[in-house]
Amino acid sequence: MLDQFDSRIDPTFAPVDRQRLIARLQEALPERGLITKTEGMRVYETDGLAAYRGMPSVVALPETTAQVSAVLRICAEMSTPVVARGAGTGLSGGALPFPGCVLLSMTRFNRILAIDAQARMARVQPGVRNLAISEAVAQFGLFYAPDPSSQIACSIGGNVAENAGGVHCLKYGLTVHNIQRLELVTVDGEVLEIGGDALDTPGYDLLALITGSEGLLGVITEVTVRLLPNPVHTQVLLAAFPDVRQAGDAVARIIAAGIIPAGLEMMDRLAVNAAENHVHAGYPVDVAAILLCEIDGAAGDVEDGLSRVGAICLEAGASEVRQARDEAERRRFWAGRKGAFPAMGRMAPDYYCIDGTIPRRRLAEVLTEITRLSGVYGLPVANVFHAGDGNLHPLILYDAAASGEVENAEALGGAILELCVAMGGTITGEHGVGREKINQMCVQFSTAEIETFEALKASFDPAGLLNPGKAIPTLARCAEYGAMHVHNGQLPFADLERL
Amino acid sequence: MNDATEVLADQVRAAAEDRRALRIVGGDTKSWYGRAPVGKPLNVSRHTGIIDYDPSELVLTARAGTPVLEIEAALAENNQKLGFEPPIFGPASTVGGVIAAGLAGPSRPFAGAVRDHVLGARILNGRGQSLRFGGTVFKNVAGFDAFRLMCGAMGTLGVILDVSIRVMPRPEESISLVFNEDWQASQPRLTRLLGRPLPIDGAFHDGTRLHVRLSGPRAGVLTAAEELGGEHEDPTIWDQLRHMTLPNLRAPGLWRLSIPRTAKLGDIPGEQLIDWAGGQRWLSTTASPSQVTEIAAAVGGHASIFHRSDDDQDVFTRLPKTLFELHKRLKAVFDPAGILNPGRLYQGL
Repeated sequence: MLDQFDSRIDPTFAPVDRQRLIARLQEALPERGLITKTEGMRVYETDGLAAYRGMPSVVALPETTAQVSAVLRICAEMSTPVVARGAGTGLSGGALPFPGCVLLSMTRFNRILAIDAQARMARVQPGVRNLAISEAVAQFGLFYAPDPSSQIACSIGGNVAENAGGVHCLKYGLTVHNIQRLELVTVDGEVLEIGGDALDTPGYDLLALITGSEGLLGVITEVTVRLLPNPVHTQVLLAAFPDVRQAGDAVARIIAAGIIPAGLEMMDRLAVNAAENHVHAGYPVDVAAILLCEIDGAAGDVEDGLSRVGAICLEAGASEVRQARDEAERRRFWAGRKGAFPAMGRMAPDYYCIDGTIPRRRLAEVLTEITRLSGVYGLPVANVFHAGDGNLHPLILYDAAASGEVENAEALGGAILELCVAMGGTITGEHGVGREKINQMCVQFSTAEIETFEALKASFDPAGLLNPGKAIPTLARCAEYGAMHVHNGQLPFADLERL
Repeated sequence: MNDATEVLADQVRAAAEDRRALRIVGGDTKSWYGRAPVGKPLNVSRHTGIIDYDPSELVLTARAGTPVLEIEAALAENNQKLGFEPPIFGPASTVGGVIAAGLAGPSRPFAGAVRDHVLGARILNGRGQSLRFGGTVFKNVAGFDAFRLMCGAMGTLGVILDVSIRVMPRPEESISLVFNEDWQASQPRLTRLLGRPLPIDGAFHDGTRLHVRLSGPRAGVLTAAEELGGEHEDPTIWDQLRHMTLPNLRAPGLWRLSIPRTAKLGDIPGEQLIDWAGGQRWLSTTASPSQVTEIAAAVGGHASIFHRSDDDQDVFTRLPKTLFELHKRLKAVFDPAGILNPGRLYQGL
């Protein structure tokens, strides 16, 4: 399993005198700002990818930027790896402790520092929860747009590190499109201002580079987010299809018609049934797939947009199209979608959520191939996805207690991601590479591209101390992973056209 | 349609070997922008063609030398457009040059910057290696977003070979309104309007009048237009603003100030055209460069000489030392020999 770091093909660091590290960190941190006992560190062993576990050397809980600076300076001096952690809800093992690391928990940075409703901006600390921002600015009729499904728990610092998306990014964009300024502490303790209150800054676009860099380039200690006015009117339409291909076709036609829905989500039969049993959202159950299409804006435009969407769905072969009758039903429709993951808990002891993106036009092909792979590996797969932007979330159902099933699920997940690359897509749409997809990076990128990523990291962090073994594979790892694939006969999906 | 990757790569490799500077040229319509170009021309204008465009994907991929007008024509046929409304300074203007310059038009505060619309790019680094970053899909978080770094880097980090752009549907309706009032009245008006979910996608003040553009689905635009009042005007004024053909906007010595939209900029002599609802100021002034730079910095913004008036000029606001050192390290990642458009952004970069 990938939670085991391999000194041959992952970064390694000389052992550190732990007592000396503790003594120095204690000086830099407030009281109760350092956890050193195994018992207390258990909660930091894993993040949202619960199958992966590791133990840090210590856990640091700084409260100020100066303390973060001091901790990083100590770690740099002592050549100790550092793993920053937000709320720990990430699904790719990005906050998995590296053996012997200082785990830097940012949970005490939990204050909203300023709201400027006139400029439509809020300055917040990185530990503030995503949803807490929208709640705090609701009184001004504003909201923060990116809304990952974990938004009640995930923190904005983690969102920036992962460039988090959500249900509404087709219309409102990802995290990178909705932030304005960062305060970043580099590995040598220097505090940098990245971006600013104006719409651009001189020089290279470092704000875009830092967003989604998964804790490899620095530690974020402050974020200025952009806010949007709440839409006047929001309505959702549900369409049921007897065939997933028809649903995929409807998605392409909606976008081609020039409609930009606020959300456009698809669930397949297994996911629909699980969600319906769990949440009682009122979904039709005897169908191959459903689409949820949300449109927001002026009342007349919402009505007009949804009637066009409804007509397109019927034309594509929908067996049923209906609009939520009221706000309560609209919320139920979404509750079913957002509850699809937990609903899987009733279908199998464990589930593993995959995250790839493909060009929309290849949706049907990819679903057919996933069904085939599901058969080959002998594990059921339910599909839930952000259809509007081609972002798939296949959920692999397995039983961790059954011998070999964890490894089997991991292998099936890897195969699905490589399918996404072969289709002209990507191994991660919004969950990040983290530890989970480290091998698939070797499939998506060439040696020269990975060398560029390594050099980019080194230009911020020459000793490679920040979140080692994540996001960017070593070339040694790629050589070994590539060799394994070739030894098995041929590249996966050799019959597919490569883009 | 022509793929000149190999020719270009050979030229870059040869230049890297001899440590000879290359001046990357597309349509050569913006040589007056940035610091003065130096070196032997590397002509990208013969690397052309739309490689892939499927309107239902909202994505277009084209080689860097493709004229941006050709791209806009292909999009228009499918009722789509470039959401960032780049200024085009001549028919030869290429998509590679548009991305490298990173300039966005009137829709910038509402639809995003150039880098917000770029999904991926293939580049040649300073060693002549072809590298692809990002991809052709909107949601993609694999690897660092090196392709976004290329936007506005003025060719100093790589030769853009091809680029995938997220395109937008054209709005169903677009109306331009004009209000006879000074900026002191317009600024609070805009703050009020932008706090509400109105379909505004442009707002500029020409010195005497405020212009507001409403775009989007028909019902919302018509309702908003009725409520906002003002007078209807010919919407082609937005094309003139976008392409900077309004009076004074193409004059050498023109300053560009980028500041927070709600800021109160200090007094400065000269004429201003205020775009981006207050966030971008085009300034013709007799004030000294240091005065202009300081007045922008005082409100948290920055100033640049948009149209160079002499070739020895520094044009962009200087970076703090630590940030500049970081810029030099980033430059070295892509271009260790320092041959790609050296000095175009800053001296020593």
